[in-house]
Formats: sequence, C-alpha cells, structure tokens
Amino acid sequence: MSDESLTAAKPGSWNDQRIEIIIGTLLRTGVILAAAVVLFGGVLYVARHAHEIPNYRTFHREPENLKSPREIVHGVVRMSAPAIIQLGLLLLIATPVARVAFSAVAFAIEGDRMYVVITLIVLAVLLYSLFGSS
Amino acid sequence: MNILEFTGLVGLGSLLAGFLGALTGLGGGVVVVPMLTLLFHVDIRYAIGASLVSVIATSSGAAAAYVREGYSNIRIGMFLETATTVGGIAGAAIAMHVSGSAIAIVFGLVLLYSAYLSSRHREEHSAQMQSSKLAQKLRLNGTYPTPEGKQPYNVTGVPAGYSMMFGAGVLSGLLGIGSGAVKVVAMDQAMKIPFKVSTTTSNFMIGVTAAASAGLYLNRGYVTPGITMPVMLGVLAGSLIGAKILVKAKVKALRYLFAAVIVVLGIEMVFNGVTGRL
Repeated sequence: MSDESLTAAKPGSWNDQRIEIIIGTLLRTGVILAAAVVLFGGVLYVARHAHEIPNYRTFHREPENLKSPREIVHGVVRMSAPAIIQLGLLLLIATPVARVAFSAVAFAIEGDRMYVVITLIVLAVLLYSLFGSS
Repeated sequence: MNILEFTGLVGLGSLLAGFLGALTGLGGGVVVVPMLTLLFHVDIRYAIGASLVSVIATSSGAAAAYVREGYSNIRIGMFLETATTVGGIAGAAIAMHVSGSAIAIVFGLVLLYSAYLSSRHREEHSAQMQSSKLAQKLRLNGTYPTPEGKQPYNVTGVPAGYSMMFGAGVLSGLLGIGSGAVKVVAMDQAMKIPFKVSTTTSNFMIGVTAAASAGLYLNRGYVTPGITMPVMLGVLAGSLIGAKILVKAKVKALRYLFAAVIVVLGIEMVFNGVTGRL
C-alpha cells in the first residue's frame, strides 16, 4: 500500500482512506459470497423447474416463507431452491448495511462523535427498512 | 417460454445491460426495468425489485476499486445518505400505492432526462469555491489527488444538494435505479464538489440508498427469486467485465449509442404507461 495516497491526519492511526479500503474489501467479499449462494440456488432451481412456465405478468405476492429472514433460513434447511436464492439476495442487501455499521465503529475509533451520530441515523433507517417495514 | 429459457434470456440481457452500464457510467438499472417489462412482460414492481438488488451488487462490487484511487469522500457520502435512504423508503412506499402505468411514465421521463444529462459536456470547476459555514461545520471539505499533487476543495450549497439527494433517493426507491446521474448533479452542480469526487462518492452511496428501498420491496414480496436471480448474476458479471475493459475501450461512440437506446426505451415506457399497457 502506498502511503503517499493516505491522508496523514494522525500517523499510524485510522484514517478515512484506510477505513475505506477495508470497507471496500468487506463489500467485495459480501458480494462474492452472495453471488455464489444465488448461483448455487439458481442452478438447483433451474435444474428442478426447467420446463415449467413462469408467470410474472401479474403481481402475486411471494409466499410468506420467503419474506422474513427466519423463514428463508427454514427453507434453506429443507434445500428449497427459491429459499437458497433468497438467502443470497438477503446477504447482498446486508452488505451495505454492514458497511454502514462498520463506518460507525470506525468514526468512533477516530473520535468523531458527530459522524458516529450521522452514521447511526443511516443505520437506523436501513434497519427499519429491513425489519420494521413489513 | 419455460423457466430454463426465461432464466437464460433474462440473464443474457442483464449481462449486456450491466456491461453497457459500466462502460458508459450510466449503470445497468436503467435498462433492466424496461427490458423486463417491455420484452418479458414482467410486472413492473417485480422488475424494480430485481433491478434494485442488481444495483446493490454493482455498487458494492465496484466500491473496492474506486476507493483505492482516493477520490471518494466518506463524510460527504455518509452525511448525504441520511437524505437518500429516507428518500429511498419514501419512494418505495409510493411505488406500493400507485399504478404500474404511473411508475412507467415517471420511469420513461427519467430515462429521457438521463440521456440528456449524459450527452452534456462535463467540466471541472476551475475557480476555487468559498466553503459555506455549514459545510465547514459538517467537515465536508477535503482533498483529492491530481497530477500536480493533492488538491483541496471546498463545499458549498449544502441545503440545495441535500434536498436533491432526497429526490434522488425517492427516484431510486420508486424506479429501482441507482439514480447516480441525479446524485452527481447534486454534488457536482449544487455543492460544487469536483467531478471525480462526485462520481466516485455517488457510486459508494448508490448501494446504501438501494438497500434502504430493497428492504421494503423484499418485505412486501416484490423481490422474487426466479426473476432476481438471473438479473443480479447477469448485471454483476456484465459490469465486472465492463469495468475491466473500460480502461482500453473508446467509450465515446458507445456512450452515444447507449444514450440513443435509452431515449427509445424512455419513449416506449411513457407510451406504454400512457396507453395503460404496463
């Protein structure tokens, strides 16, 4: 890593650039993991249902067992292909949430209280959307 | 069309969308929704749910690469995300309550506007702006790398930029797009943030904004595995390939081609929305 590109606020301490690099790696790992799970579920799904006719022309809600995290996990245990895909999608949606949570910790380590609060607001909005909006 | 064919074709189309989206910087989302609705006759809310998930994938996947260049400003991003995420939830909530035709019309108009934005010439601000007091208080000012070394920049127009970011969030949640173009305009034009910093910070914000809307779509059953699986995998693969060859390719002609495609899709969406076919 070239030190020249880093902001030298406090030498040896955490700084924005280094935090961002760690966060970037975290995001990438999350996406790769999620894609692998979705791909696995997808192969299973197509292999089992290849010749059925899909109907997405009109909206019909997903069965209850694919909307809440707990029931997605139950489906995965039964090796249900749609549930495995849904688990991968849930992982993917969780990566930016993890990123925000990590940023809050990083700002706290830096001692930047204002940005800890700002980051926690963003985190609260995301968690409300995932868990509180159903 | 059976599930095997549907998955294959949607996956291929999404691959192309992600590829062109990465090459032109417009994102794959703007093509995915029209493709699914106009070509595959998928209900527009399913299409939006799938598109949102693919937006998260490309934004998060590209983040690591962007960050190393040292352009993105995490404080600007995080501060503005308080506006885009709340906007994203509001947009998703609106999408649950209005007709598919209305969404299609708004989508078409936004496509036309994006095409207009992408055809405009971009220039770096030459004059050094005076920082506003609010920007100073929020510690938004920063530096970015240039060939001549680190260049400091000042931020201004925070209330205007913040309001535009809320709007970008609403559009993202309503239409399932990253609305990167609007985010860049808010930072670049309203807040006078250098263009490079605006685009990379915008890319970082897109994933968080889309996650705020995607949670709502998931909870309401609008993220369906059969559609989202090929879309997410296709767009992700396409955008990674696109980002790899971006350095070598001559994108100017492609950009015009893509803008033309978007204009056609925009007109189609408005037409189908007005005539009530979507």
